[in-house]
This record gives sequence, structure tokens and C-alpha cells, in this order.
Amino acid sequence: MNQPLPDITHALAWLKRAAGRLGRDATFMEVCGTHTMSSFRSGLPSVMPANVALRSGPGCPVCVTAQGEIDALIELADVAGVTLCTYGDMLRVPGRTGSLEAARGRGADVRVIYSALDAVKRAAREPSRQVVLAAVGFETTAPATAAAIDMAERLELANFTVLASHKRVVPAMEALLAGGMVALDGFLCPGHVSVIIGAEAYRPLVERYAMPCVIAGFEPEQMALGLAQLTQLAAEGRAELINQYAEAVSDTGNGAAQRLLDRVFKPGPARWRGLGWMEGSAMVLRGRYASFDALKRFGVQVVDAPEPGGCRCGEVITGRARPDECPLFDNPCTPMRPIGPCMVSSEGTCAAWFKYHRTPAARRDETLATNEHK
Amino acid sequence: MCLAVPAKLVECETGEALVDLGGNRLRISTVLVPEAKPGDWVLLHAGFAIERLDVDEAQRRREEIAQLGAGEEAS
Repeated sequence: MNQPLPDITHALAWLKRAAGRLGRDATFMEVCGTHTMSSFRSGLPSVMPANVALRSGPGCPVCVTAQGEIDALIELADVAGVTLCTYGDMLRVPGRTGSLEAARGRGADVRVIYSALDAVKRAAREPSRQVVLAAVGFETTAPATAAAIDMAERLELANFTVLASHKRVVPAMEALLAGGMVALDGFLCPGHVSVIIGAEAYRPLVERYAMPCVIAGFEPEQMALGLAQLTQLAAEGRAELINQYAEAVSDTGNGAAQRLLDRVFKPGPARWRGLGWMEGSAMVLRGRYASFDALKRFGVQVVDAPEPGGCRCGEVITGRARPDECPLFDNPCTPMRPIGPCMVSSEGTCAAWFKYHRTPAARRDETLATNEHK
Repeated sequence: MCLAVPAKLVECETGEALVDLGGNRLRISTVLVPEAKPGDWVLLHAGFAIERLDVDEAQRRREEIAQLGAGEEAS
């Protein structure tokens, strides 16, 4: 009879209480696609206090990848003799000459992989093919690419290269604050990026920008707890760093992963969708590993390219626009026929909004329209 | 993309391990968690164990949440 209440009940009670004490509106930002999806899927926004808002930031690697890099990736897939290995999320992002999926339709050899090592194993198995790994992702995924390059080096593979588009989350968070792009009351920091980089990586944001930072896991109760703590910090006017995911995240992060990253990559500049060029925001191959650079091997250039006309993905991923404020949202941009990357990636903010958060009126209109066409 | 799930290590070799993932057996890389041993819980991301999970810490957090939530309701 006397069963303990689920964690989420306690966390929401605390959040509600802190929001009452806050007595004003507060906006927090998560910077992780998995947080985006977990929040929408669980319905967390609908049970949050009215004065607390959670926005999505630049946390979806596919979404922050600049158009020119996507075009270069598709160009690589079209090179004769190339087998392009990619994580599934990248497959349908539209480029200048269609998506990777479209490239596959016209004969390109595009393979979806689960692990970066699958690409290396494929290269070892098929020496007559040039295997290119589309290495997209934040610090969580980058160590896998470094491990793949390390393995390819040890196997002395001459037919394995990567298009390295790995990005670092903290510089993007800092750019949002430094540019005054959005008014925020705190960050819900990404749990799995933090596993690699460590909790202390956010310290400069806390100290330089007086920005409360709470590292949270991905279960709805973990997110609710993180929001409760952020709200309490905002109410008390305290900028602190709290690690609420300590079962996985240490202060200094995963040393083995960091050493591997440091051996293969160095910080470099990159263009981000919505944020532009940022120094030190990317991981670029060190000189010793230049022979693994797919762009160099195949002479492909990353050319700045305009984003699709009308698409507001750049504003969506920086928290400056809601998906439903984009003129393309829902018509013509849908998960079936995506125009911008935020609608393509399963963890893009627009895709999440489309799936879980459209208004009942929009869904009703769609049902009516579908029935009329029958 | 940063999705990671808990999995339990069943057998370990150098740099590789067999994990139990909800009843499925999967071969994964453990190069990022060289000190991992059978019986450990790890976070699995794209075929790589990215960290060992501290199960006691997870339990402590749950207890903390319960206390804080209950305290809030009572006060």
C-alpha cells in the first residue's frame, strides 16, 4: 500500500516549488538531441510550471553541420570506387545534389554503420574499395572515430579515410552567451558529452558568464531534477555547477578517451549552421594523421553554400526560433520530405516538435486534408 | 546521436567485450574503458563502452531525489 512515489513525482514537486519561489519567467537550454527527444517524448514541457521554459540549443550534430560540409560528403559518396559509411542520421539530409540516400539511388555505395569500427573492418575486407567514414558528432562520438583511425593505422590500411566533422559543445555554448544571442537563465548540460569531457569543462561558463550549469541524465525524472536545480539556482541568484549524473560523469571525464582524442585530433575552426565560424570549435586531424583525411585524398573542397531558402534551422538550433515559427514547418517541410536538417535527424528539434508537439488543431487539419484526398 | 544505453559486461578480452543488452549479446569495443571487467555496467554508445557506471551513485541519487521531493511537499 505504502509504495514510494516514482522519482518523477518528487522531481516535479521540487521543480514546482522552486518555480513558485522564483516569481518570474526563466528560460533554460539543453544542448543535446537526446535531451530534446526525451523531453518531447515524455511530455515534460506539458507538466512544467508555466514560468519555466526549456529550449533546445545546438545539440544535434547533424543539425549544426554546415551546408557546405553536407555537400562535400555527398560529393565524396559520388566518387567512383568509394564506399561511404555513415551513421543513419546523416542519410537523408538534403545537399546541393540531393541527399546521401539520393546518391545511393543513383548508384553510390552508401552504407549505414552502427560502429565506426565497422567501417575499418569493411576497409580491411574490401581492399579494392576506398572506404570513407562520415565522422559526425560531438565529443561523445569523436573517440570512436579516433579509435577507428588508430585501428586503421595499426592494420596499415591504405583505403580508409574519414571526413572529420566532429565538434565541441562548450565553444558553441559560449558563443551563444558571448554573442548575446539568447537570454538564458542556465544550461541543462549534455550527460553523455560530459562523460567524455568531464563536469569541470563547464566551469568557465559558470565563472565567466555567471551561468548556472546542471549536468543531467536522460530519463524524464533526471531532466526534471536538473530543471528543478536550475530553477532553484535562478531563484537564489546563484551561478553554480552541479553534476546530477555522477554515476557516469566525473569531474575530469574519461581520461582514456581524452588521450586518444588528443593524439588524433587538435582543436580547429569550423563553420556551424546558425553560429558561423568559431575558432577551436572543431576537432581536426593532426598532421601525423593527414593521410586519413578524405577531403585531401579525393581533392574535395568544402565550399560555403547557402542554406535552403526560407529554412530557419539556424535560428531553431540557437534557441532564437521555435520550429512552428518557421514558414516551412509542417508545410512543405515534414519528416517525410525534410528541407532542413532539424527535420531530418530523428533528434532534430523540428522532427521532435512535429512528432510530439503539434497543436491538436494542426493534427485535425491534417486528418481532414487526408480524408478529403481519399 | 549521443544516445548511450547501460549494458552489462559478460566477457572481456583486450579492447573488446561481450555485453548483455536486454537479453541480446553484442560484441563491443572497450578501448575507452581499459579497466572494465566482467560484471561491470557500462554506458554503450555506437559500439563503444564510453564509461563504467557507478551503480551505487545512481542509487544514492534516487534516494536524494525522494528525500528532496518529500521534503518539498511536507514543507
